[in-house]
Amino acid sequence: MMPMVTPGIGRGLLDVVERRFLLRLIVRKELRVRYRGSVLGMAWSYVKPAIQFGVYFVALGVFLRMRDTVPDYAVYLFAGIVVMNFFGEGFGNATRSIIWNAPLINKIYLPRELFPVASLYVSAVHFFPQLVVLLVAALISGWRPTVAEVLAAVVGFLIVAMLALGLGLLFGAANVFFRDAENFVDLIVMVATWASPVLYTWGLVQAELPRWLWFVYQANPLTAAVELFHYAFWYGGTGRPALLPNGTAPIPDNLWAVGGGALVVSLVVLVVGQLVFRRLEGRFAQEL
Amino acid sequence: MTTYIDVSDVSKRFTLRHNRSLKELAVAAIRGRDLGDTFLALEDVSFEVSEGETVALLGFNGSGKSTLLKLISGVLKPDVGSIRTRGRVAGLIEVGAGFHPDLTGRENVYLNGAILGMTEAQISASFDDIVAFSEIERFIDTEVKFYSSGMFLRLAFSVAVHSDPEVFLIDEILAVGDEPFQRKCLDRIRSLKAEGRTLVIVSHDLDMVAKLCDRGILLERGKMVDDSDATAVVARMRGEGA
Repeated sequence: MMPMVTPGIGRGLLDVVERRFLLRLIVRKELRVRYRGSVLGMAWSYVKPAIQFGVYFVALGVFLRMRDTVPDYAVYLFAGIVVMNFFGEGFGNATRSIIWNAPLINKIYLPRELFPVASLYVSAVHFFPQLVVLLVAALISGWRPTVAEVLAAVVGFLIVAMLALGLGLLFGAANVFFRDAENFVDLIVMVATWASPVLYTWGLVQAELPRWLWFVYQANPLTAAVELFHYAFWYGGTGRPALLPNGTAPIPDNLWAVGGGALVVSLVVLVVGQLVFRRLEGRFAQEL
Repeated sequence: MTTYIDVSDVSKRFTLRHNRSLKELAVAAIRGRDLGDTFLALEDVSFEVSEGETVALLGFNGSGKSTLLKLISGVLKPDVGSIRTRGRVAGLIEVGAGFHPDLTGRENVYLNGAILGMTEAQISASFDDIVAFSEIERFIDTEVKFYSSGMFLRLAFSVAVHSDPEVFLIDEILAVGDEPFQRKCLDRIRSLKAEGRTLVIVSHDLDMVAKLCDRGILLERGKMVDDSDATAVVARMRGEGA
């Protein structure tokens, strides 16, 4: 005999794992719908970052002469950009996913975490072609990875995925009540690219900031993820120099400590996001 | 008899808030006025449904029938009181809610089946039945946006009735399709009833409901005013309406 249960109360992200068949169908639907009627289709997920990369590379690398201080600046730049694209798309779409799926949420009870998770999944699908481009560029510039470097990429990916999902759950739930949330998200994503060493090197920041602010800068999980990606995909191709031409170290010497800390911070954000989401989800259907 | 749905002392209040811009929030704070008008959609409703019962939720527009169905399906949560259900509850609330126009009929069958809680194996096993029931074999690999509204509803209904839950919640879906298809739907619902499924039906077609259901629960402005034989409740509604 099946037990009596209270309808509409799930186990959050655990239910998503249980209903991964539905998750897969939702992801496939999102991808299909995104590229309907487009000739280039999935190729758009290569075109956009490639153009973005080209613009930055010419403006910063060539005009502002970043190439002179950072060897293989193209790879350096792209390693950071793919992290930020993954974060920005995952976080932004997860935030909007609840509103986008309002017709379904209003009518049928599903674990609502499905929608932010599906958004993150879709952004991961878009992340992989970019990663392929990055790998090719890295190989051409002479990159032969060590085990530690591959591990750094995995840790970096996990940090960004957990952070994007945690923040997406948090802001996605808030967005149901105040649509201001999605505008905040756009701001956060815009600032994030500049608040991490994507376009410049971390050494320049350390030289300018007072000690406490430098600590704050490093506590940003995205900074750690970007540095882990630099270590994973860029550093190996540069011949692993001890110092850059401007006299700073190419990779922070406390990389693993910072990375471990970022992993913990992201996990905390994910737990908080899930708790807030569960607190608010009972009111989604009547507010949408 | 085993209880399949237990609704006890349930109340649900909606806040009718239209806008909450900073300006409005500030004005409300200064004047000390509450922001929203509230509206009591359900007040102190209690009943139980046992295994195999076919219950009609009756009442005129705005009496709270659909709110009650949404509470039972878990889409909404009660403010007061508690609701408990046994087994899988599938809402045939607005069939086709999970359909996407850019997917083909086949893809929508899988997506909607999964939304209603079916596993991949269950959907594959009943796929042919679903398509046969909907009578749109020829168009199953066409995108749903090219379907006529009748075809669309038939496919959606067909997925829903094959989703095989313990408790069916049915809201105004018998208005789908032409008459032969409606008859087919009713036959299907009767056979579900004969199998001993638990059904909760909302419909404005009083004659159909009186014939189909054993028991009627009458709601009036959110309050439960009658719970007896479906035919008797329908007669009472007609009496009051006249």
